[in-house]
Amino acid sequence: MQPDSLWFIFLSAFLVNNFVLAYFLGLCPFLGVSGKLDTAWNMGLATTFVMFVSSLCAYGINLLLVEYHLEFLRLISYIAVIASAVQLVEMTVKKLSPTLFRALGIYLPLITTNCAILGLALFQTMRNYSFFQSLVFSIGAGAGFTLALMLMAGLRTRMDLADVPSVSRGAAMSFMLAGLLSLTFMGFAGLGAH
Amino acid sequence: MATLPSEKKPITLDTFLRGVWEENPVFVMLLGLCPALAVTNSAVNAIGMGGATIFVLLGSSALVSLLRNVIPKQVRIASYIVIIATFVTIVDYAIHALSLELYGALGAFIQLIVVNCVILGRAESFASKHRITKSLVNALGVGVGFTFALLCVGSVREILGAGTLFGLPLFGESFQPWVVMVLPPGGFFVTGGWLLVFAWWKERKQRKLVEREEALHAAG
Repeated sequence: MQPDSLWFIFLSAFLVNNFVLAYFLGLCPFLGVSGKLDTAWNMGLATTFVMFVSSLCAYGINLLLVEYHLEFLRLISYIAVIASAVQLVEMTVKKLSPTLFRALGIYLPLITTNCAILGLALFQTMRNYSFFQSLVFSIGAGAGFTLALMLMAGLRTRMDLADVPSVSRGAAMSFMLAGLLSLTFMGFAGLGAH
Repeated sequence: MATLPSEKKPITLDTFLRGVWEENPVFVMLLGLCPALAVTNSAVNAIGMGGATIFVLLGSSALVSLLRNVIPKQVRIASYIVIIATFVTIVDYAIHALSLELYGALGAFIQLIVVNCVILGRAESFASKHRITKSLVNALGVGVGFTFALLCVGSVREILGAGTLFGLPLFGESFQPWVVMVLPPGGFFVTGGWLLVFAWWKERKQRKLVEREEALHAAG
Protein backbone atom coordinates (compact mmCIF):
# COMPACT_ATOMS: atom_id res chain seq x y z
CA MET A 1 0.00 0.00 0.00
CA GLN A 2 1.21 3.51 -0.75
CA PRO A 3 1.86 5.42 2.50
CA ASP A 4 -0.18 8.36 1.24
CA SER A 5 -3.14 6.37 -0.05
CA LEU A 6 -6.46 7.19 1.58
CA TRP A 7 -7.07 3.64 2.79
CA PHE A 8 -3.64 3.51 4.43
CA ILE A 9 -4.22 6.81 6.23
CA PHE A 10 -7.59 5.60 7.49
CA LEU A 11 -6.24 2.27 8.74
CA SER A 12 -3.23 3.87 10.34
CA ALA A 13 -5.31 6.40 12.29
CA PHE A 14 -7.98 3.79 13.12
CA LEU A 15 -5.88 0.89 14.36
CA VAL A 16 -2.09 1.10 14.07
CA ASN A 17 -1.57 4.58 15.47
CA ASN A 18 -4.76 4.77 17.48
CA PHE A 19 -5.02 8.24 18.97
CA VAL A 20 -5.76 7.07 22.49
CA LEU A 21 -3.73 3.90 22.76
CA ALA A 22 -0.63 4.85 20.80
CA TYR A 23 -0.47 8.67 21.02
CA PHE A 24 -2.14 9.14 24.43
CA LEU A 25 -4.39 11.85 23.06
CA GLY A 26 -7.79 12.40 24.61
CA LEU A 27 -7.08 10.47 27.78
CA CYS A 28 -9.37 12.59 29.94
CA PRO A 29 -12.61 11.57 28.17
CA PHE A 30 -11.18 8.09 27.68
CA LEU A 31 -10.96 7.61 31.44
CA GLY A 32 -13.87 9.88 32.29
CA VAL A 33 -16.77 8.65 30.19
CA SER A 34 -15.85 5.03 29.60
CA GLY A 35 -18.05 3.83 32.44
CA LYS A 36 -21.04 2.78 30.33
CA LEU A 37 -21.33 1.49 26.79
CA ASP A 38 -24.04 3.87 25.55
CA THR A 39 -22.36 7.02 26.88
CA ALA A 40 -19.11 5.80 25.34
CA TRP A 41 -20.83 5.39 21.97
CA ASN A 42 -22.38 8.88 22.09
CA MET A 43 -19.12 10.44 23.16
CA GLY A 44 -17.27 8.66 20.37
CA LEU A 45 -19.83 9.82 17.82
CA ALA A 46 -19.64 13.42 19.03
CA THR A 47 -15.85 13.36 18.97
CA THR A 48 -15.73 11.97 15.45
CA PHE A 49 -18.09 14.73 14.37
CA VAL A 50 -16.02 17.47 16.01
CA MET A 51 -12.85 15.98 14.54
CA PHE A 52 -14.36 16.13 11.05
CA VAL A 53 -15.41 19.76 11.46
CA SER A 54 -12.13 20.88 12.99
CA SER A 55 -10.11 19.04 10.36
CA LEU A 56 -11.96 21.03 7.69
CA CYS A 57 -11.38 24.28 9.57
CA ALA A 58 -7.72 23.56 10.22
CA TYR A 59 -7.12 22.83 6.56
CA GLY A 60 -8.69 26.14 5.57
CA ILE A 61 -6.85 28.21 8.16
CA ASN A 62 -3.55 26.64 7.28
CA LEU A 63 -3.98 27.61 3.64
CA LEU A 64 -4.63 31.20 4.69
CA LEU A 65 -1.74 31.33 7.15
CA VAL A 66 0.75 29.93 4.65
CA GLU A 67 -0.51 32.37 2.02
CA TYR A 68 0.21 35.36 4.27
CA HIS A 69 3.33 33.88 5.98
CA LEU A 70 1.76 33.91 9.42
CA GLU A 71 2.67 30.38 10.50
CA PHE A 72 3.55 31.49 14.02
CA LEU A 73 -0.13 32.27 14.61
CA ARG A 74 -1.10 28.69 13.79
CA LEU A 75 -1.68 27.50 17.33
CA ILE A 76 -3.75 30.47 18.47
CA SER A 77 -5.88 30.54 15.35
CA TYR A 78 -6.48 26.77 15.39
CA ILE A 79 -7.77 26.87 18.94
CA ALA A 80 -9.91 29.94 18.44
CA VAL A 81 -11.44 28.81 15.16
CA ILE A 82 -12.05 25.21 16.24
CA ALA A 83 -13.73 26.35 19.45
CA SER A 84 -16.02 28.78 17.66
CA ALA A 85 -16.79 26.34 14.84
CA VAL A 86 -17.89 23.73 17.34
CA GLN A 87 -20.05 26.30 19.09
CA LEU A 88 -21.64 27.20 15.76
CA VAL A 89 -22.25 23.56 14.87
CA GLU A 90 -23.75 22.99 18.29
CA MET A 91 -26.26 25.82 17.78
CA THR A 92 -27.13 24.57 14.29
CA VAL A 93 -27.69 21.01 15.47
CA LYS A 94 -29.83 22.27 18.33
CA LYS A 95 -32.03 24.17 15.87
CA LEU A 96 -32.24 21.50 13.15
CA SER A 97 -32.29 18.21 15.00
CA PRO A 98 -33.20 18.22 18.70
CA THR A 99 -32.87 14.41 18.84
CA LEU A 100 -29.29 14.48 17.66
CA PHE A 101 -28.60 17.37 20.00
CA ARG A 102 -29.90 15.40 22.97
CA ALA A 103 -27.54 12.55 22.09
CA LEU A 104 -24.44 14.66 21.50
CA GLY A 105 -25.28 17.96 23.23
CA ILE A 106 -23.55 17.76 26.58
CA TYR A 107 -20.41 16.28 25.10
CA LEU A 108 -19.76 18.90 22.42
CA PRO A 109 -18.39 21.72 24.60
CA LEU A 110 -16.30 19.20 26.56
CA ILE A 111 -14.70 17.90 23.41
CA THR A 112 -13.48 21.26 22.16
CA THR A 113 -10.64 21.34 24.67
CA ASN A 114 -9.84 17.67 24.13
CA CYS A 115 -6.23 17.29 23.07
CA ALA A 116 -7.17 14.72 20.43
CA ILE A 117 -8.89 17.46 18.41
CA LEU A 118 -5.96 19.86 18.44
CA GLY A 119 -3.56 16.95 17.99
CA LEU A 120 -5.41 15.89 14.84
CA ALA A 121 -5.19 19.40 13.41
CA LEU A 122 -1.48 19.65 14.21
CA PHE A 123 -0.65 16.22 12.83
CA GLN A 124 -2.42 16.80 9.53
CA THR A 125 -0.53 20.08 9.12
CA MET A 126 2.80 18.50 10.01
CA ARG A 127 2.30 15.67 7.55
CA ASN A 128 1.16 18.01 4.77
CA TYR A 129 -2.04 16.09 4.07
CA SER A 130 -4.14 17.14 1.12
CA PHE A 131 -7.80 18.07 1.56
CA PHE A 132 -9.18 14.53 1.11
CA GLN A 133 -6.35 12.97 3.08
CA SER A 134 -7.19 15.29 5.99
CA LEU A 135 -10.85 14.31 5.89
CA VAL A 136 -10.09 10.60 5.79
CA PHE A 137 -7.53 11.04 8.57
CA SER A 138 -10.11 12.75 10.77
CA ILE A 139 -12.71 10.03 10.19
CA GLY A 140 -10.15 7.30 10.90
CA ALA A 141 -8.99 8.99 14.08
CA GLY A 142 -12.57 9.49 15.24
CA ALA A 143 -13.47 5.87 14.52
CA GLY A 144 -10.35 4.72 16.37
CA PHE A 145 -11.25 6.90 19.35
CA THR A 146 -14.77 5.45 19.40
CA LEU A 147 -13.43 1.91 19.17
CA ALA A 148 -10.98 2.42 22.04
CA LEU A 149 -13.65 4.09 24.17
CA MET A 150 -16.17 1.29 23.62
CA LEU A 151 -13.66 -1.49 24.26
CA MET A 152 -12.65 0.25 27.46
CA ALA A 153 -16.28 0.67 28.52
CA GLY A 154 -16.89 -3.04 27.97
CA LEU A 155 -13.83 -3.96 30.00
CA ARG A 156 -14.75 -1.63 32.81
CA THR A 157 -18.32 -2.93 33.12
CA ARG A 158 -16.87 -6.40 33.59
CA MET A 159 -14.22 -5.08 35.96
CA ASP A 160 -16.83 -3.57 38.27
CA LEU A 161 -17.93 -7.09 39.18
CA ALA A 162 -14.41 -8.35 39.83
CA ASP A 163 -13.04 -8.68 43.34
CA VAL A 164 -9.87 -6.57 43.44
CA PRO A 165 -7.98 -5.04 46.40
CA SER A 166 -9.50 -1.75 47.51
CA VAL A 167 -6.29 0.18 46.72
CA SER A 168 -6.41 -0.70 43.04
CA ARG A 169 -10.03 0.31 42.49
CA GLY A 170 -10.57 3.35 40.26
CA ALA A 171 -7.86 5.12 38.32
CA ALA A 172 -5.03 2.63 38.87
CA MET A 173 -7.12 -0.26 37.57
CA SER A 174 -8.27 1.75 34.54
CA PHE A 175 -4.66 2.46 33.65
CA MET A 176 -3.71 -1.21 33.85
CA LEU A 177 -6.68 -2.09 31.62
CA ALA A 178 -5.70 0.63 29.17
CA GLY A 179 -2.17 -0.76 29.16
CA LEU A 180 -3.42 -4.22 28.23
CA LEU A 181 -5.63 -2.72 25.52
CA SER A 182 -2.69 -0.76 24.18
CA LEU A 183 -0.61 -3.93 24.18
CA THR A 184 -3.22 -5.68 22.04
CA PHE A 185 -3.35 -2.77 19.62
CA MET A 186 0.40 -3.05 19.16
CA GLY A 187 -0.38 -6.27 17.35
CA PHE A 188 -1.65 -4.14 14.48
CA ALA A 189 1.78 -2.58 14.00
CA GLY A 190 3.12 -3.39 10.55
CA LEU A 191 -0.35 -3.70 9.09
CA GLY A 192 -0.33 -2.44 5.51
CA ALA A 193 3.45 -2.16 5.35
CA HIS A 194 5.33 -4.40 3.01
CA MET B 1 -13.55 44.63 41.89
CA ALA B 2 -13.03 44.48 45.64
CA THR B 3 -10.04 42.58 46.90
CA LEU B 4 -10.98 39.10 47.92
CA PRO B 5 -10.17 38.04 51.47
CA SER B 6 -7.97 35.24 50.19
CA GLU B 7 -5.63 37.80 48.66
CA LYS B 8 -4.69 39.05 52.09
CA LYS B 9 -3.45 35.71 53.33
CA PRO B 10 0.35 35.63 53.40
CA ILE B 11 2.35 33.38 51.13
CA THR B 12 3.37 30.32 53.06
CA LEU B 13 5.42 27.31 52.21
CA ASP B 14 2.10 25.53 51.78
CA THR B 15 1.25 27.68 48.74
CA PHE B 16 4.22 26.05 47.04
CA LEU B 17 4.22 22.56 48.53
CA ARG B 18 0.52 21.88 48.06
CA GLY B 19 0.97 21.66 44.31
CA VAL B 20 4.08 19.49 44.57
CA TRP B 21 2.76 16.79 46.86
CA GLU B 22 -0.74 16.95 48.32
CA GLU B 23 -2.41 18.14 45.14
CA ASN B 24 0.08 16.71 42.69
CA PRO B 25 -1.50 17.40 39.28
CA VAL B 26 -0.81 13.99 37.77
CA PHE B 27 -0.91 11.46 40.60
CA VAL B 28 -3.60 13.00 42.77
CA MET B 29 -5.71 15.23 40.51
CA LEU B 30 -5.29 13.10 37.35
CA LEU B 31 -4.80 16.20 35.20
CA GLY B 32 -2.49 16.64 32.27
CA LEU B 33 -2.23 12.93 31.64
CA CYS B 34 -1.66 13.11 27.90
CA PRO B 35 1.82 14.70 28.06
CA ALA B 36 2.60 12.74 31.22
CA LEU B 37 2.33 9.50 29.28
CA ALA B 38 3.17 10.46 25.74
CA VAL B 39 6.66 11.91 26.09
CA THR B 40 7.96 10.12 29.17
CA ASN B 41 9.85 7.32 27.48
CA SER B 42 13.08 8.78 28.85
CA ALA B 43 14.05 10.92 31.81
CA VAL B 44 15.51 13.65 29.59
CA ASN B 45 12.26 14.02 27.65
CA ALA B 46 10.36 14.17 30.93
CA ILE B 47 12.56 17.03 32.17
CA GLY B 48 12.24 18.86 28.84
CA MET B 49 8.47 18.60 28.87
CA GLY B 50 8.33 19.58 32.54
CA GLY B 51 10.52 22.62 31.93
CA ALA B 52 8.39 23.77 29.01
CA THR B 53 5.24 23.34 31.08
CA ILE B 54 6.73 25.27 34.03
CA PHE B 55 7.60 28.16 31.74
CA VAL B 56 4.10 28.30 30.28
CA LEU B 57 2.54 27.96 33.73
CA LEU B 58 4.62 30.81 35.17
CA GLY B 59 4.09 33.09 32.17
CA SER B 60 0.37 32.54 31.88
CA SER B 61 -0.22 32.73 35.65
CA ALA B 62 1.64 36.03 35.84
CA LEU B 63 -0.26 37.55 32.93
CA VAL B 64 -3.65 36.25 34.03
CA SER B 65 -3.02 37.52 37.53
CA LEU B 66 -1.99 40.96 36.26
CA LEU B 67 -4.98 41.21 33.96
CA ARG B 68 -7.51 39.70 36.35
CA ASN B 69 -9.33 42.99 36.89
CA VAL B 70 -9.32 43.90 33.20
CA ILE B 71 -10.65 40.69 31.61
CA PRO B 72 -14.46 40.61 31.56
CA LYS B 73 -15.89 37.53 33.23
CA GLN B 74 -17.82 36.33 30.16
CA VAL B 75 -14.79 35.96 27.92
CA ARG B 76 -12.27 34.90 30.52
CA ILE B 77 -11.74 31.33 29.35
CA ALA B 78 -11.14 32.43 25.77
CA SER B 79 -8.71 35.11 26.97
CA TYR B 80 -6.84 32.59 29.14
CA ILE B 81 -6.49 30.24 26.19
CA VAL B 82 -5.09 33.01 23.98
CA ILE B 83 -2.59 33.94 26.71
CA ILE B 84 -1.56 30.31 27.18
CA ALA B 85 -1.28 29.75 23.41
CA THR B 86 1.03 32.76 23.15
CA PHE B 87 3.43 31.35 25.73
CA VAL B 88 3.28 27.91 24.17
CA THR B 89 4.21 29.39 20.80
CA ILE B 90 7.21 31.08 22.46
CA VAL B 91 8.31 27.79 24.04
CA ASP B 92 7.79 25.92 20.79
CA TYR B 93 10.03 28.28 18.83
CA ALA B 94 12.59 28.44 21.67
CA ILE B 95 12.99 24.66 21.88
CA HIS B 96 13.14 24.45 18.10
CA ALA B 97 16.04 26.94 18.16
CA LEU B 98 17.88 25.54 21.18
CA SER B 99 17.73 21.78 20.80
CA LEU B 100 16.61 20.14 17.62
CA GLU B 101 17.00 16.73 19.22
CA LEU B 102 14.55 17.49 22.02
CA TYR B 103 12.21 19.15 19.54
CA GLY B 104 12.16 15.99 17.47
CA ALA B 105 11.49 13.81 20.53
CA LEU B 106 8.66 15.95 21.89
CA GLY B 107 7.16 16.71 18.48
CA ALA B 108 3.61 17.99 18.43
CA PHE B 109 3.34 17.54 22.18
CA ILE B 110 5.01 20.90 22.83
CA GLN B 111 2.16 22.63 21.01
CA LEU B 112 -0.32 20.41 22.79
CA ILE B 113 0.68 22.06 26.10
CA VAL B 114 -2.09 24.50 25.19
CA VAL B 115 -4.76 21.95 26.01
CA ASN B 116 -3.01 20.72 29.16
CA CYS B 117 -5.78 21.10 31.73
CA VAL B 118 -3.25 21.76 34.53
CA ILE B 119 -2.45 25.18 33.08
CA LEU B 120 -6.01 26.30 32.38
CA GLY B 121 -6.97 24.95 35.80
CA ARG B 122 -4.33 27.14 37.50
CA ALA B 123 -5.38 30.20 35.52
CA GLU B 124 -9.06 29.73 36.31
CA SER B 125 -8.91 28.60 39.90
CA PHE B 126 -5.87 30.42 41.27
CA ALA B 127 -4.23 33.12 39.16
CA SER B 128 -7.53 34.88 38.39
CA LYS B 129 -8.16 35.37 42.11
CA HIS B 130 -4.74 36.12 43.59
CA ARG B 131 -1.90 38.63 43.42
CA ILE B 132 0.98 38.05 41.06
CA THR B 133 3.63 36.89 43.56
CA LYS B 134 1.28 34.39 45.17
CA SER B 135 0.13 33.12 41.77
CA LEU B 136 3.73 32.69 40.69
CA VAL B 137 4.65 30.72 43.81
CA ASN B 138 1.61 28.50 43.38
CA ALA B 139 2.25 28.00 39.67
CA LEU B 140 5.87 27.09 40.39
CA GLY B 141 4.71 24.52 42.95
CA VAL B 142 2.28 22.90 40.55
CA GLY B 143 4.88 23.00 37.78
CA VAL B 144 7.48 21.32 39.98
CA GLY B 145 4.90 18.73 41.01
CA PHE B 146 4.08 18.06 37.37
CA THR B 147 7.77 17.71 36.47
CA PHE B 148 8.29 15.45 39.47
CA ALA B 149 5.48 13.16 38.30
CA LEU B 150 6.83 13.13 34.74
CA LEU B 151 10.29 12.31 36.05
CA CYS B 152 8.89 9.45 38.19
CA VAL B 153 7.20 7.89 35.17
CA GLY B 154 10.02 8.72 32.75
CA SER B 155 12.88 7.35 34.83
CA VAL B 156 11.12 4.06 35.59
CA ARG B 157 10.29 3.60 31.92
CA GLU B 158 13.84 4.39 30.86
CA ILE B 159 15.44 2.12 33.46
CA LEU B 160 13.22 -0.84 32.63
CA GLY B 161 12.88 -0.26 28.92
CA ALA B 162 16.40 0.72 27.96
CA GLY B 163 18.53 -0.04 31.04
CA THR B 164 19.75 3.55 31.20
CA LEU B 165 19.03 6.70 33.20
CA PHE B 166 19.61 10.09 31.57
CA GLY B 167 21.37 8.10 28.84
CA LEU B 168 23.89 6.51 31.21
CA PRO B 169 23.90 2.69 31.22
CA LEU B 170 23.00 1.26 34.63
CA PHE B 171 23.37 -2.46 34.15
CA GLY B 172 26.01 -4.71 32.64
CA GLU B 173 26.16 -6.03 29.12
CA SER B 174 23.87 -8.94 29.88
CA PHE B 175 20.84 -6.72 30.59
CA GLN B 176 17.90 -7.51 28.35
CA PRO B 177 15.86 -4.31 27.89
CA TRP B 178 12.16 -4.66 28.59
CA VAL B 179 11.29 -2.86 25.37
CA VAL B 180 7.55 -2.71 25.92
CA MET B 181 8.15 -0.20 28.74
CA VAL B 182 9.33 2.53 26.36
CA LEU B 183 6.44 1.75 23.99
CA PRO B 184 2.91 3.10 24.60
CA PRO B 185 1.64 0.21 26.81
CA GLY B 186 4.54 0.80 29.22
CA GLY B 187 3.31 4.35 29.78
CA PHE B 188 -0.05 3.05 30.96
CA PHE B 189 1.49 0.32 33.13
CA VAL B 190 4.04 2.55 34.85
CA THR B 191 1.54 5.36 35.50
CA GLY B 192 -0.92 2.77 36.82
CA GLY B 193 1.82 1.45 39.10
CA TRP B 194 2.58 4.91 40.49
CA LEU B 195 -1.14 5.54 41.04
CA LEU B 196 -1.27 2.31 43.02
CA VAL B 197 1.65 3.48 45.17
CA PHE B 198 -0.06 6.80 45.82
CA ALA B 199 -3.42 5.14 46.59
CA TRP B 200 -1.72 2.75 49.02
CA TRP B 201 0.10 5.60 50.73
CA LYS B 202 -3.12 7.59 51.09
CA GLU B 203 -5.01 4.62 52.49
CA ARG B 204 -2.27 3.89 55.00
CA LYS B 205 -2.28 7.49 56.19
CA GLN B 206 -6.03 7.42 56.64
CA ARG B 207 -5.90 4.14 58.54
CA LYS B 208 -3.25 5.51 60.90
CA LEU B 209 -5.40 8.58 61.54
CA VAL B 210 -8.39 6.42 62.42
CA GLU B 211 -6.28 4.20 64.67
CA ARG B 212 -4.87 7.19 66.54
CA GLU B 213 -8.35 8.60 67.09
CA GLU B 214 -9.59 5.28 68.39
CA ALA B 215 -6.62 5.06 70.76
CA LEU B 216 -7.36 8.57 72.04
CA HIS B 217 -10.98 7.61 72.51
CA ALA B 218 -10.08 4.50 74.46
CA ALA B 219 -7.63 6.44 76.65
CA GLY B 220 -10.08 9.27 77.30
